[in-house]
Amino acid sequence: MKIKWALLSLIFTITTVLTGCDQPLLVLDPKGPQAKTLSDTIIFSMVIMAGILLVVYILYAYMLTKYRASKMGEDYEPPHEEGSHTLEIIWTLIPVIIVVVLSVVTVRSTSDVEAVPKGYEEDKPLVIYASSSNWKWHFSYPEEGIETVNYVNIPTDRPVEFRLYSHGPISSFWIPQLAGQKYAMNAMINELNLVADAPGSYIGKNSNFNGKGFAHMDFEAQAMTASEYVQWVEDVKETAPKLSEKEFNSLLEIDFVGRKTYSSNHLTFSPPPVGNHGHNPDEKDGKDASEDESNSHEEHNQH
Amino acid sequence: MKWDEFFVFTHDPMLFAAMISIVLGGLAIFVGLTYFKKWGYLWTEWLTTVDHKRIGVMYILVALVMLFRGGVDALLMRAQSAVPENGLLNAQHYNEIFTTHGLLMILFMAMPFIIGLMNVIIPLQIGARDVAFPRLNAVSFWLFAAGAALLNISFVIGGSPDAGWTAYFPLASLEYSPTVGNNYYSLALQISGIGTLMTGINFIVTILKMRAPGMTLMKMPMFTWSVLITNVIIVFAFPVLTVALALMMLDRQFGTQFFTMSNGGMDMLWANLFWVWAHPEVYIVILPAFGIYSEIISTFARKNLYGYKSMVVSMVAISLLSFLVWAHHFYTMGQGVMANSIFSIATMAIAVPTGVKMFNWLFTLHKGKITFTTPMLYSLAFIPIFTIGGVTGVMLGMASADYQYHNTMFLVAHFHYVLIPGTVFAVIAGFHYWYPKVFGYQLNERLGKLGFWLITISFNVAFMPLFILGLNGMTRRMYTYSEETGFGPLNMLSFVGALGLALGFIVLVYNIYWSARYSPRDTSGDPYDARSPEWSTHSPVPVYNFAIVPTINSLDAFWYAKKNKAPFFEGKYEPIHMPSNSGQPFLMGVAFCFWGFFMVFSWWIPAIISALGIFATMIYRTFERDHGYYISVEEIERTENALRGDKQ
Repeated sequence: MKIKWALLSLIFTITTVLTGCDQPLLVLDPKGPQAKTLSDTIIFSMVIMAGILLVVYILYAYMLTKYRASKMGEDYEPPHEEGSHTLEIIWTLIPVIIVVVLSVVTVRSTSDVEAVPKGYEEDKPLVIYASSSNWKWHFSYPEEGIETVNYVNIPTDRPVEFRLYSHGPISSFWIPQLAGQKYAMNAMINELNLVADAPGSYIGKNSNFNGKGFAHMDFEAQAMTASEYVQWVEDVKETAPKLSEKEFNSLLEIDFVGRKTYSSNHLTFSPPPVGNHGHNPDEKDGKDASEDESNSHEEHNQH
Repeated sequence: MKWDEFFVFTHDPMLFAAMISIVLGGLAIFVGLTYFKKWGYLWTEWLTTVDHKRIGVMYILVALVMLFRGGVDALLMRAQSAVPENGLLNAQHYNEIFTTHGLLMILFMAMPFIIGLMNVIIPLQIGARDVAFPRLNAVSFWLFAAGAALLNISFVIGGSPDAGWTAYFPLASLEYSPTVGNNYYSLALQISGIGTLMTGINFIVTILKMRAPGMTLMKMPMFTWSVLITNVIIVFAFPVLTVALALMMLDRQFGTQFFTMSNGGMDMLWANLFWVWAHPEVYIVILPAFGIYSEIISTFARKNLYGYKSMVVSMVAISLLSFLVWAHHFYTMGQGVMANSIFSIATMAIAVPTGVKMFNWLFTLHKGKITFTTPMLYSLAFIPIFTIGGVTGVMLGMASADYQYHNTMFLVAHFHYVLIPGTVFAVIAGFHYWYPKVFGYQLNERLGKLGFWLITISFNVAFMPLFILGLNGMTRRMYTYSEETGFGPLNMLSFVGALGLALGFIVLVYNIYWSARYSPRDTSGDPYDARSPEWSTHSPVPVYNFAIVPTINSLDAFWYAKKNKAPFFEGKYEPIHMPSNSGQPFLMGVAFCFWGFFMVFSWWIPAIISALGIFATMIYRTFERDHGYYISVEEIERTENALRGDKQ
């Protein structure tokens, strides 16, 4: 048993050291209030869990060292023990209390990260539609009227509202250092609110397996100061080409593509799905929508 | 369909090697059976048997083969991800491998291993001579075997499912997964699932109706309790899978739109149906494990199980909660704060009854007299390792935090920390523990302990790093990753652990061979001085289990009979009624296998012919007059004397 524990702790130290020395783990290195809330929640739960592990391990070590047959003598006969109501109540109640505490923390942190971050409620959020197709991400900025592929630029200290959907299988939009992930699905919109505190380049990825190119489906989320952001938008509007419907449809079809920048977005001719949850194509408004339906249908058949 | 789409093994040297080994292995078995003239023996003693013990052994045998298959998948996956940008497997091959690894390990390894153990042990533990419906039991096994065969064929013929064991739509739809892989998924799981559902019914009836006189519910051994509750879960959960798979088949092969992206289909519906089944499924493989640990810990602590009643109550609580938490598998689907909070709280609530069980096991050890045999070592290792799995489960249960763990290696580490020390350690422990009951000799302890240390240490080396990788943002199911991610070293460490695990399992299998040749016979029938009724009869167990059905007047009645030197069996021999063997379940399984295969490829005419074959076996059964047979008193006396030998 001792050898085992020595080995286990050795392994644990090695693994911690291996990762610990160069940089902190991504999830525990938040760069925005949402990711901070989650990181705090995770660390809080880890501390409580470590406490539980400690209690179990101490009891376990005690039982195994004290009551080995080799120590108990040849003719020792263990007593019959039915159980103890007091003890049973104790080890039911304490976990119940722990679960209640964790529940409160969970409900609060969940509603925090689902909403616009505290302190930013009054600010006008930047809306970005993030949609996935095959193994790439399209980012459409409806107000700015621009679109990017496989990278997204956002201003710091301003709430960003990502509206997620997919042109195919379910993907999951995740920028670990800024916020938790959420699914992007066909025929419905999911909202993800986040704020970036510090300028920098963050890894973004799809975390939900969606076919053979899944491993390559990451993007860069670059947070920049408000003025830099405005400047970038201006540059894009001036220099980038327009996104035609034809080009967009061919973009949807190919497997992979590098970064792209356009001075118009696909929302005008290929509107995003309407509403959260539920799926009713009839709800889509106008002729455009139904055309889009048939278009996308053809593509899928070719796929 | 083109031929090279059919024979997919022609694309890939690794698959080609697999194909050749399958053909050669099959040929070797065929030649061997013919050469040693064992076809008759195989048919009369095994293929047609309705004896619960033999059916159990066959389940375990298949489970071990599938453990090997799933284990090779795991090794390939870990080898592929051991270094960044590895070229060992391409994306398609990797996707097929992690999909079949999940399916094989859960449905064709863990479940049949558990069902095998319960087949062997439950009638013995309740003092019965067989299960309630022996013929149905054989049908269950052969349907399971047909499903397993079908899924394994997929690797070389037509291609395996490649959309994950969860097969989320729209990814698993015809549009995005046009090969027959996911047809195999829907049909192989359907066929074996029907078998499992029948097992569920069979064992509920067996445990409720066939207990020995005097054995009230609260006098049942804990393993029997766990199996009863498990089978209730099976009966409630599996119909959901049946329906979901039927809808999947209709979508993929008959043009319906239940889960598709257009015409009102809902991909979320699949995710919900799948997890309404798959979450209870996890408890189907874990609760019997709890039962096995309860038996072993109490036997080798030489003490009664602490808190028997609370053990039962906590298992019932877990089984109820298991149906109320399915949505925690997709908190990130955007159900909103309210739904996520409710499912979070329900999920974390499971920790309470599980904790109660943990403390009861610890207090069973208290004041005990612990001997460290191989099964006991596995049971003791379960406690600290499974607790890590349990507490990380609570962490994952917190909806907000799950937004950061979901789909990452943290999750992968968690469920391996639950399923391996939970289920796999339990079935290995149970395998070592009950082995002498079935075969009449114990597995070697030295080899057993060597295997134990290899498996336990390597397991931690293989899976502990994944927690850290997950927190560093590594997602699951990636066939490759770049150097810059920094995931390399820990993945390499994990691969080393995986190799150690493989070595451990090789030692385990070698132990079976070694012990068969050299282990001394156990003539007592009760090598551990154990407590429950299965140890009261001979090893190996005679076909009728008990010459005289015991009367049970307390929990651990056999133990007290031994202590008080009182007779456990009272009365005299009477003729015993036994069910007759039948080839019908085997033929039905064969017909199902052909039907499934033809359905996969949408070859309707052969499929209809095979379906007629299935119905033929059913009609045959309907008109069959078979009242079983009697074993005469003289024959019982002869058998008993022979088995007793020089014992008394």
